[in-house]
Amino acid sequence: MPPRGLWEIVGRTAYLVFCTAVFVFLIAPIVVIVPLSFNAEPYFTFTEGMLRLEPAAYSLRWYQNVMGDPEWRHALLNSLFIGLAATVLATTLGTLAALGLTHPALPGRSAIMGLLISPMITPVIISAAGMFFFYSNLGLTQTHLGLILAHATLGTPFVVITVAATLSGFDPNLYRAAASLGAGPLRTFRRVVLPLIAPGVISGALFAFATSFDEVVTVLFMGGLEQRTVPRQMWTGIREQISPAILAVATLLIAFSLLFMLSVEWLRRRAGGR
Amino acid sequence: MSSNRQAEADTFFLSGPQLRAVGLVLPLVAFIGLTFIAPLATMLSRSVYDPVVADALPATLDLLQDWDGVHIPPEPAFEAIARELRRARQERTLGRVATRINRVHGGLRSVITRTARRVREAEGLSWRDTLVGVHAAWDDVQTWHAIRHAGERFTARHYLHALDLERRSDGRIAPRPDEYRVYVSLLWRTLVVSLSLTGLCLLLGYPVAYLIAHAPPQRASLLLLLVLVPFWTSLLVRTTAWIVLLQTQGVINSTLVALGLIADESRLAMIYNMTGTMVAMTHVLLPFMVLPLYAVMRTIPRLHMSAAASLGASTVQAFWRVYWPQTLPGVGAGSLLVFILAIGYYITPALVGGQSGQLISNMIAYHMQSSLNWGLAAAIGGLLLAFVLVLYLVYDRLVGIERMRLG
Repeated sequence: MPPRGLWEIVGRTAYLVFCTAVFVFLIAPIVVIVPLSFNAEPYFTFTEGMLRLEPAAYSLRWYQNVMGDPEWRHALLNSLFIGLAATVLATTLGTLAALGLTHPALPGRSAIMGLLISPMITPVIISAAGMFFFYSNLGLTQTHLGLILAHATLGTPFVVITVAATLSGFDPNLYRAAASLGAGPLRTFRRVVLPLIAPGVISGALFAFATSFDEVVTVLFMGGLEQRTVPRQMWTGIREQISPAILAVATLLIAFSLLFMLSVEWLRRRAGGR
Repeated sequence: MSSNRQAEADTFFLSGPQLRAVGLVLPLVAFIGLTFIAPLATMLSRSVYDPVVADALPATLDLLQDWDGVHIPPEPAFEAIARELRRARQERTLGRVATRINRVHGGLRSVITRTARRVREAEGLSWRDTLVGVHAAWDDVQTWHAIRHAGERFTARHYLHALDLERRSDGRIAPRPDEYRVYVSLLWRTLVVSLSLTGLCLLLGYPVAYLIAHAPPQRASLLLLLVLVPFWTSLLVRTTAWIVLLQTQGVINSTLVALGLIADESRLAMIYNMTGTMVAMTHVLLPFMVLPLYAVMRTIPRLHMSAAASLGASTVQAFWRVYWPQTLPGVGAGSLLVFILAIGYYITPALVGGQSGQLISNMIAYHMQSSLNWGLAAAIGGLLLAFVLVLYLVYDRLVGIERMRLG
């Protein structure tokens, strides 16, 4: 559509400028953090030296600071442990449920779907409050198990949604084909269904892990000193004395989420291209 | 034919297709029931059920049942409360009892604890005189009303409190005194902020989604990444980023000062207030608007606009009459999603909102962690939950929960 007149050109330019501004708004804050984490000074602005690109103005001191800190190491181990356990739980239960949900014979599908998605829609502050009351009755507050259950709960909707989405394009004739070739249900699942839905399952698992890895409210309510995770540690850092060490952690987390995002996008394209 | 195919497909499922499907779903349903629904039910029961005072002062409350509420209660009530407060002190439940009575009527905590500590049976002195001797508040009917009110096992007082209401001693429900009214205005503020955020996200997100949806594939996937990066980036990282940008010694202020646009001593206060909350939350929520819009727009052929133009419609007409109506499902999905997320948001306002940028969720956290008024926290949570549930049902009606997609 070639522009038809001056006003079209002006309008189109304004439109592109507007969109660019929105993209800058979305990306700039994340990009700005990265160079600042290499600041040699304990400031949150670009020093003159940084702007002149002097090597001396940059340093890895905040990274060394974080790496050498036993609290951060402990937090990372906690995050990984809780995240992985929650992911395994959420992915297993979520994948099974998605298989059932996409099965044509399931009665009351939308009600069940509504129930299974509800942890994603409920504000986390409410879920966390409820979990605190209920889990403290069971003695599960201030335990790793309590947080694993909490995070698995928050992660399952993502698994259900992604796996169900992959399954919606699934040809039920494949079951018939596998059965006619003599495969039992378990074998059919392992050799036919699983390879086809694998991208969805892995995406769901990544979503579930990312959810746990970024979750702070349930940890605030239910975790004790022993259960401090990376986001919990960042929370304290931001609230109490924000130091550039936080920016170093933030930069590492950005790298981490980029990796996650690219994996999910790659998997989506793989699944979509089929 | 189709049912035949169906039946054959079902040979994969061992014992009756329905049973098999239910069996697959059941583990997660049970898990969610136990780890999510049961906690919510516990919270809701906390918001209306509180046995502490009722369990500690059974005889007193029994006697107060028949009390007229106008005159000072009769002597047996004084004796009962004296004995039961002493027992509560021995059983170490006194603190919790005193806190609850104090919440109904401020200032009674010290009355209760001092009475439990000092009261002794005295020869030739009525229990009433003994108690009034310990604290004059025992000669005030309001004290007794507070005890009777706090002694309700099932109570609506947390919900009333959350709506800035209270039950007067004559049973009337009336607004609380002005200086105690916080929650309704906070609920309003949360509602207004959430609506503004939804509008803002639509305003910023619609043009961007349009650009991505109708760009050539290569450029579209690149632009989409620009939306997905913030979507995937940790919430705490993004909040940190806004602190770094917006604070008084931060990047934006320092740049403005360096450029000579503002004086060093008049740096802008853009964070730890409502501005900080709005900016950071728009950033957090914008991807949730762009992605559903993009998903819908992608399916709209550009040909429709060209066809409208060839029929003589101006660009504006073609947009409003042809394009916009087709994007309404996306607009609805994105707006509801953003609104639901905004109304329950906690982390960002807590970190960048300061005093004026707090929302209702921050009040829940405050009562959970600082004031330890869990009944009230549960009631505010219950109100918020009911509201979100209604929106969820609207979402289901308009968009369909089953059509929910990620990223």
